Amino acid sequence: MDVAIIDYKMSNLYSVQAACKKVGISSVITSDRNVILDANVAILPGVGAFGEALSHLVKSKLDECIYSFIDSGKPFIGICLGLQLLFDSSKEFGNHKGLGLIKGTVKKFQLHSNQSIKYPVPQIGWNKITQSGNSWKKSLLRNNHDNDFMYFVHSYYVEPEDDSIVISKTTYGDKEYCSAIQQNNIFAIQFHPEKSGDVGLNIYKTIKKEYC
Amino acid sequence: MKYIRIIPRLDIKGPNLVKGIHLEGLRVLGKPEDFAKLYYEQGADELIYQDTVASLYQRNSLTDIITRTAEDIFIPITVGGGLRTLEDINKVLRAGADKVSINTAAIKNPEFITESSRAFGSSTIVVAVEVVKQPDNSYLAYTDNGREYTGIDVLSWVKEVEYRGAGEIMLTSIDRDGTGSGFDIDLIKMVSSAVQIHVIAHGGAGNINHIKNAINDGHADAIAISSMLHYGLINQEDNLLNKFNDEGNIEFLKKNVSFKTFGSESLIDVKQSLSDEKIPLRFIA
Repeated sequence: MDVAIIDYKMSNLYSVQAACKKVGISSVITSDRNVILDANVAILPGVGAFGEALSHLVKSKLDECIYSFIDSGKPFIGICLGLQLLFDSSKEFGNHKGLGLIKGTVKKFQLHSNQSIKYPVPQIGWNKITQSGNSWKKSLLRNNHDNDFMYFVHSYYVEPEDDSIVISKTTYGDKEYCSAIQQNNIFAIQFHPEKSGDVGLNIYKTIKKEYC
Repeated sequence: MKYIRIIPRLDIKGPNLVKGIHLEGLRVLGKPEDFAKLYYEQGADELIYQDTVASLYQRNSLTDIITRTAEDIFIPITVGGGLRTLEDINKVLRAGADKVSINTAAIKNPEFITESSRAFGSSTIVVAVEVVKQPDNSYLAYTDNGREYTGIDVLSWVKEVEYRGAGEIMLTSIDRDGTGSGFDIDLIKMVSSAVQIHVIAHGGAGNINHIKNAINDGHADAIAISSMLHYGLINQEDNLLNKFNDEGNIEFLKKNVSFKTFGSESLIDVKQSLSDEKIPLRFIA
């Protein structure tokens, strides 16, 4: 199997699978440890609350499976909540410990609206990803362009300690935040490529070309 | 930066795309999937599917259409019409929808907004507010596509909708719906200044200036457009007329007449003109 989409009962996995299918990637939605570890690529998607998501992962021992998969050196992809869960901790409804794979925290938007434009939270809509630090040539964004529009749905954003893992930034209201990271074999993004039209599908096409 | 979303809204009856005036007198325009595909290619920021009769007959026939659409179209899809329980919402999300819109069930039981926002996340729950302006100029919320009077004041209702955790409000002016006579700017302004959540303005788009006004004067976060885009497509593309199922009122299509109220402006034209006016929008290459 090309891609294992990790199922921890928290999200709309259908659209991730539909995007895989569209570009010719074989994928399976699964919570089976062996199936995940056998796949070429693992995707951790997710929409929902951090604390609840993490407790689902721990209860089903998927956290250990994720650690093993990442140790294997194969490409691991986090999307939206799947990015946030990789961090040390989150301030979503109290303090929660995360998977601790990436040093840093998850914080809630505290935006200051100016007189004419309000910035609702959650951010729901399109926004630009702007290249930051390292070139995209070595990441799954290599076939995308600086300032591509992607679709975002989130109230929380990540703040990595190590700025050198940040590969794109996005601005909402008066806040510029990290919208994509690359740390060794972990590629994780705040936006939803499977909801971002052809520009988002480019990322899936790159997965297909490089790893499937 | 905040980018304004332009969202084609497709009203559905059985297998067909339909459109009425004041949410009534539905005409069959074609197959929803065909229109959805074209809108996707023209740069739609999201799509809305609204089942126009689900709430009347308590049925839900949308899931096949949603699944076929979600296999081919990679932008968010909001689905509404007759959703009453958490299980109804779950079914629609599993079929491939990203968000749901609820109206009748929310008004009958406001706690449903709280429960569904908690279960699926605020960003998944859109509350549709269908508004009729009263002779004394007050605004009241209606249900069942504008058929049922509730006596509920719109301003207090939208505040409750926000308080209970919905992520967005889809605000329809029933008075303007399908008329192409422009948005009710006072209504949009009243609601968007009363809540911090996203307001999707719907009902009345007839030309690009109307849309511009809803954004600049009404301060809408997103615009839902139906008739103007549908008739625009029909006026441009004759072959769409042959792609309908013969259920419902198709006399209009058989006569092959264009709907004179609306021109032939496409979604691309709409976005280009708004962008020329310095309204921030997403563009596709």
